[in-house]
Amino acid sequence: MKFLRDALDKAKHNFEKGGKYNKFFYLFEAIDTFMFTPNTTASEKGVQVRDAVDLKRLMMTVVIAMIPCLVFGIYNVGHQHFLAIGQSAPLGDKIMIGLWQVLPIIIVSYTAGGLAEVVFAIVRKHPINEGFLVTGMLIPLVMPPGIPLWQVAVATIFAVVIAKEAFGGTGMNILNVALTARAFLYFAYPLQISGEVWTYLPDKAQTVAGYSGATPLAIAAQAGTTQGADVVVQLNNFGAGWADNIYSFSNLFFGFMPGCIGETSTLMCLLGALILIATGVGSWKIMVSVFGGAYLMGLFLNFVGGNAFVEMPAHYHLVMGGLAFGAVFMATDPVTAAQTETGKWFYGFLIGVFTVLIRVFNPAYPEGIMLAILLMNVFAPLIDYFVVSANKKRRLQRATV
Amino acid sequence: MGKFIRLQKGFDINLAGKANLKLSTTSQPETFSIKPTDFHGIYMPKVVVNEGNSVKAGDVLFHDKKNEKIRFTAPVSGEVVEVKRGEKRKLLEVKVLADKTIEHTSFTKYTVSEINSLTRDKAQQQMLESGVWVNLVQRPFGIVADPAETPKSIFVSAFDSHPLAPDYGFLFKGKEQAFQIGLDILKKFTTGQVHVNVHSEREISNVFSQAKGVELNKFSGPHPSGCVGVQIHHIDPVNKGTIVWTINPLGVIQIGRLFLHGIYDASRIVALAGSEVKDPQYYKTYTGASIKKFVENNLKSEHVRYISGNVLTGTRIDKDGHLGFFDHMVTVIPEGDQFEFLGWIKPSAKKLSFGRAWGLFSFLNAKSEFVLDSNTRGEPRAFVQTGVFEKVTPMDILPTYLLKAIIAEDFDDMEALGIYEVIEEDLALCEFVDVSKHHVQEIVREGIDLLVNA
Repeated sequence: MKFLRDALDKAKHNFEKGGKYNKFFYLFEAIDTFMFTPNTTASEKGVQVRDAVDLKRLMMTVVIAMIPCLVFGIYNVGHQHFLAIGQSAPLGDKIMIGLWQVLPIIIVSYTAGGLAEVVFAIVRKHPINEGFLVTGMLIPLVMPPGIPLWQVAVATIFAVVIAKEAFGGTGMNILNVALTARAFLYFAYPLQISGEVWTYLPDKAQTVAGYSGATPLAIAAQAGTTQGADVVVQLNNFGAGWADNIYSFSNLFFGFMPGCIGETSTLMCLLGALILIATGVGSWKIMVSVFGGAYLMGLFLNFVGGNAFVEMPAHYHLVMGGLAFGAVFMATDPVTAAQTETGKWFYGFLIGVFTVLIRVFNPAYPEGIMLAILLMNVFAPLIDYFVVSANKKRRLQRATV
Repeated sequence: MGKFIRLQKGFDINLAGKANLKLSTTSQPETFSIKPTDFHGIYMPKVVVNEGNSVKAGDVLFHDKKNEKIRFTAPVSGEVVEVKRGEKRKLLEVKVLADKTIEHTSFTKYTVSEINSLTRDKAQQQMLESGVWVNLVQRPFGIVADPAETPKSIFVSAFDSHPLAPDYGFLFKGKEQAFQIGLDILKKFTTGQVHVNVHSEREISNVFSQAKGVELNKFSGPHPSGCVGVQIHHIDPVNKGTIVWTINPLGVIQIGRLFLHGIYDASRIVALAGSEVKDPQYYKTYTGASIKKFVENNLKSEHVRYISGNVLTGTRIDKDGHLGFFDHMVTVIPEGDQFEFLGWIKPSAKKLSFGRAWGLFSFLNAKSEFVLDSNTRGEPRAFVQTGVFEKVTPMDILPTYLLKAIIAEDFDDMEALGIYEVIEEDLALCEFVDVSKHHVQEIVREGIDLLVNA
């Protein structure tokens, strides 16, 4: 790799102060540090050795944790497509359809977001941040497979610029960047990201007899408005004839159902969670408390009663919609989550609670995890404020003893 | 009876090149130097010797301009060969070329019974004059103790948990009497207790276990359990308006010998350690020794970094540089100024990491010894990861919030979040584990300076 190093060293002076491409220094630096970890050494005073971990590696760990969801998602897009048109197809065809739909979304997301990052880095003169490695993958995973690519690009740029760079870049943002992209699309172009868009169906595709693209959450919300309905019965009966048992509890858990590209399989999310927890990169406290909060809120609603959705068994909440994906990959974003260890429990718990509340009581928008996380992103500093105040108080009380 | 405090949080950095428990017979280094930069809280050092003057061990080299009583004295007898100054004539070090046999300035000798009835004022005067006083460090802030103050307690950390740290049992072997006398003197200065803190899972030297009239506290757990700031936090925490003093066992022994023998005895044993040392072992020398003779012909490789002290809190020095006043060791590690192709993602079991992020497999053989170089392993970034600083800080302190308060120069928050309880070494592990490569120790000192100068 010496020739590469030499080439970079040779080019470097052009980008340094006084060089002709000085403007693009941070772009050069990004490429340089991506190829080679820099040769900087510890300063004269202070620690003389450093931990091997850096932000790039940390972010890549999260990307790796998302791979199970991505791979399953690619397969599932094809799988759902063939289910909907009533054909059986070999595995290879399903994966091809999946790749054909998913890869462009990923490429557009990384390109659009990456460009926005680079432009900001050059204008604002700060290093290009690795945070986008994760965001660029998260955004495709929470998109429906048929989303127009230009919408992906617009949403990504909006999220990077408004949700992140306007606040000062990675580490300074208040809202989760990927969720901001999704929320933007939801409010700006609701047609393409709500309703029955969760199965990839090209124009004029002939669907199988009895086909319906309704999601489990939509079915549950519908049942909630009907007298004497039972969500579980309706879910179990759904898909009869063309996709038997597609919304049975076990299938909801395994994820062979329509939905966002990467979020349908609770199992794959748990696999990702395992990677994040084993590597110590994601906070298990947040994950556990999101699931716990949703389950307890579900139980509480069962106890109160009211309509069929309220009375739906609480464990169904954990496998429906994007709760698992949100809990594992979105809520744990260290920048926008609560930053104190005690605060993380409250933060996660409230996300779970609000997710179920929004699902059950807001018929206009059955999926609640996105709004719940964004809401708690805003309140996370407040939670931390109380935890930090308690710490200060403890110290003060000790003084008078 | 002392307390037993179990600490869970922290991290032992297991490095290759631990010093063998043997004392070298190499001849003494030629020069010794005292650096005012090793001390905090002195206003401006005023040099009272000129190059060419000859001094005896215990003669004053320079003193604090604000408080002339605080003296910094020569560790050895000989000729002052250099008064080194930096920018704006800032004093960097005063170097003494040592005589073959060390002569000592004589101070008053006392018998054991006389020492018992000695008043604080008299003891203090002799300690200030001889230069042993500056071993006393005040908390908060880690500054040279103010003779006008009375601390609520005094702390001696009797073990060093830093990477490759020397074995205190070996350093202070046979110094029981001097240590005891030193403690007896120190007790005159505080209204409270003198605490001697040992580690429960290490062999406890007689020097410490037989100490009388003190609280002998036991700690367990990984580094930073040996940092005296952590120990104070758990035994007798400092708040705004209260102070404690800390002192290294060597300082206690020097005080003891000062009153027993009437001399300022700056002799000490230092460890030479690190992966690049051929024969890591101990050397008997004096405070501020030049490391030249220790490392000459004793290295495995050429491109190395010499550190006065340990790899967490030490200072880089030159090949012919001198040890810091408080340092008991020299560490030699490889200099890490090389690029590494795709080094940020390549899996490795050789790179040490506190965490277990992708590709960092050091946790699989955590017991083995690692060779670390001085590379920063990444670029500085904004704070991103959370919860890691807390895992290496066994105190009820939120390091991230404290650091942010310092950066924001928010005095109220700094005080409330515990700036009075920490100095650099207590949070050094945060700097090591930091994903975003902040200079944590530098930030801590900036915060302290802000408060001290406010």
